[in-house]
Amino acid sequence: MPPTRTAIDPGTPGGGPAPARSMTEAGPPLLSVRDLRVAFFMDEGVVRAVDGVSFDVASGEVVGIVGESGCGKTVTTRAILQLVEPPGRIVSGQILLRRGATADGNGPGAPVLDLAALPPRGPAMRAIRGAEIALIPQEPMAAFSPVHTVGDQIMEAILLHWRQWRPDGPPLRRRDARQITVELFRDVGIAMPEQRVDAYSWQLSGGLRQRAMIAMALSCKPRLLIADEPTTAIDVTTQAQVLNLLRDLRRRHRTAIIFITHDLGVIAQIADRVLVMYLGRVMEQGRVDDIFHAPKHPYTRALLRSIPMRHAGRRDPLPVIAGSIPHPFNRPTGCPFHPRCPDVRRGVCERRVPRLDPVGPAQWASCFLYGDGEATA
Amino acid sequence: MTGAPAVAAAVAGPGAAAGPLLEVRRLRKLFPIQKGFRRRVVGHVRAVDDVSFDIQAGETLALVGESGCGKTTTARCILRAITPSSGEMLFRTREGRVVDLAPLSRKALAPLRPQIQMIFQDPFGSLNPRMTVFDNVGEPLLVNGVRDRRVRMERVAELLRVVGLRPEYLHRFPHAFSGGQRQRIGIARALATEPRLVVADEPVSALDVSVQAQVLNLLLELQQRLHLTYLFVAHDLTVVRHISDRVAVMYVGQLVELAPTSAIFERPRHPYTAALMRAVPVPDPRIRSGDVALPGEIASPASPPPGCYFHPRCPHAIAACRTDPPALRAIAPGHYARCHRADELALETVAVEADVEDRPGPSPPDAAGVR
Repeated sequence: MPPTRTAIDPGTPGGGPAPARSMTEAGPPLLSVRDLRVAFFMDEGVVRAVDGVSFDVASGEVVGIVGESGCGKTVTTRAILQLVEPPGRIVSGQILLRRGATADGNGPGAPVLDLAALPPRGPAMRAIRGAEIALIPQEPMAAFSPVHTVGDQIMEAILLHWRQWRPDGPPLRRRDARQITVELFRDVGIAMPEQRVDAYSWQLSGGLRQRAMIAMALSCKPRLLIADEPTTAIDVTTQAQVLNLLRDLRRRHRTAIIFITHDLGVIAQIADRVLVMYLGRVMEQGRVDDIFHAPKHPYTRALLRSIPMRHAGRRDPLPVIAGSIPHPFNRPTGCPFHPRCPDVRRGVCERRVPRLDPVGPAQWASCFLYGDGEATA
Repeated sequence: MTGAPAVAAAVAGPGAAAGPLLEVRRLRKLFPIQKGFRRRVVGHVRAVDDVSFDIQAGETLALVGESGCGKTTTARCILRAITPSSGEMLFRTREGRVVDLAPLSRKALAPLRPQIQMIFQDPFGSLNPRMTVFDNVGEPLLVNGVRDRRVRMERVAELLRVVGLRPEYLHRFPHAFSGGQRQRIGIARALATEPRLVVADEPVSALDVSVQAQVLNLLLELQQRLHLTYLFVAHDLTVVRHISDRVAVMYVGQLVELAPTSAIFERPRHPYTAALMRAVPVPDPRIRSGDVALPGEIASPASPPPGCYFHPRCPHAIAACRTDPPALRAIAPGHYARCHRADELALETVAVEADVEDRPGPSPPDAAGVR
């Protein structure tokens, strides 16, 4: 697959872990992230928030990114949207978006665009942001303007992108945009959509607000949806409704979804493939079943062990991961997880950074337990 | 409510011989809804509506429910951060007296406050960033009359050791600590006055998974070592299952179920409890639950529906549910539920489906429900 081959991972045939899988199972990927590096240049020092991340997302696929705070999962997706705010910026890497007319119509010859090379505020990026790649933010309360109705805000997005796509065509009338919004509300399961369009975000309950947010993200029929902890701020019963909705969307429109969460239960329920991140690096990557039932990386194993439910004896001490996540300025040398790792190999893990190497047919781990490969800095 | 005396006698947990540490009886908290220029009261939000339960010394009672169900308001009433509208909260003091906390004045409460302390949810917002760890943890001691700085210093150093922090950190500021460490500082502060009852309002929900396990272990260890009693307010049922002895489930200001942890998780008797459990995502991709979502929205506590508050969302509702409010009643020893059909329903707690993608369509609502 010429468009995504890079010289980043020379040891892996096919140019990195994810393409091998995409080739066999789902055709060429919609999005390929290659050795992405994002750093924040602060007075106190440089924080390498994303440090060499590569993965693919195919149409109709849900890729889950799990990790604890500070692991770079949110920054990765901000970089895809070119929304990294100063003092942060994309240092290197490629974000290759395959462009096609429809969600499922990305033939092998479709042009590929490197988003990382586009100016963040340029018209090309603006045409992609919100239209081809949409974001469901974590806090729907903070994401909506409180002084405009939710309907107005969604109509604004529709009208804006309509003009971008059809600069010469007839202008979309406001009345039509409103009708589209009502249909979107109906689509995401908001009762009484005609009335709710005119509501302000603060008049809606948490579940309705998150649904309205999803309607807004879907307003331009994106091919890739980035859901950044979309259910963290809401109750479990509402969370179940939102997860159902996202599953349904994926099935009906073949929308690709990058789903970020720290909740392993949610990941198990929604993802097809999973990336486990720690301090800006991918620790392990694979199919959801392999990640949960045959985890290879010590960090993945430790994360899974610390879920109370998997632990049979009530009130027994839970297995814990020693220590805490290091401060970004005190990043450990070598493997970032080595100070907390139960399987640390002294003399190796603190000196060198392991490369993400295959540990199974569709599974990769960056750990010296499985190979001696060293990441290129 | 007809069942009140029965409930009052009944909601006592196991080992009630010595008398419970806290007896909450028919607790009510109404917030007025005001309208117009003259702030006329046009109605009330029934945030806590006739809630009764006991907490035994040394146990952990979990209070669970969705946002707006009144669990935090109940906890704040017990702490007397707010004054309940009616009801009793009988607290057994260290000296063995039984005091009703509800009507007490600020002054009368002051000597009791050290015995009931709180652990907050947000370890970033609950510590004063301009005060050192020593000042943050030592403040409750100062307020309660420990004037000697050296005594306070020793006590705070000891508290830090108890919660697993190095006493050398005494003079650092909160920003130097991670979320888990800050939560430990918050726990140390709650323990400073040697409380008997600790109200923990979502103490681990703001923490990362790996750190959450550390803090849960600490809470369990401290309970054993210091004979603490916890009222654990939480929405995360996996955590609740791990840490609590009994679970009380609230919905729209009312207690809908109260039972020992194993009983409620093995066989919930209220459809809402079962729905809550089904909604928890199982951390196993081989157990993909299907359409577990409850239909509709949580009822407004300002204008709850007639009959059972849960009936508009309940898949098992019958005619009586729409008109007659059910009472909290004993279904099994120590197991109480507020449901007309609690005896006949066999509720599923896990909705397992082989393949979500090939789901034929909505199943009849009672297919999995009634025996």
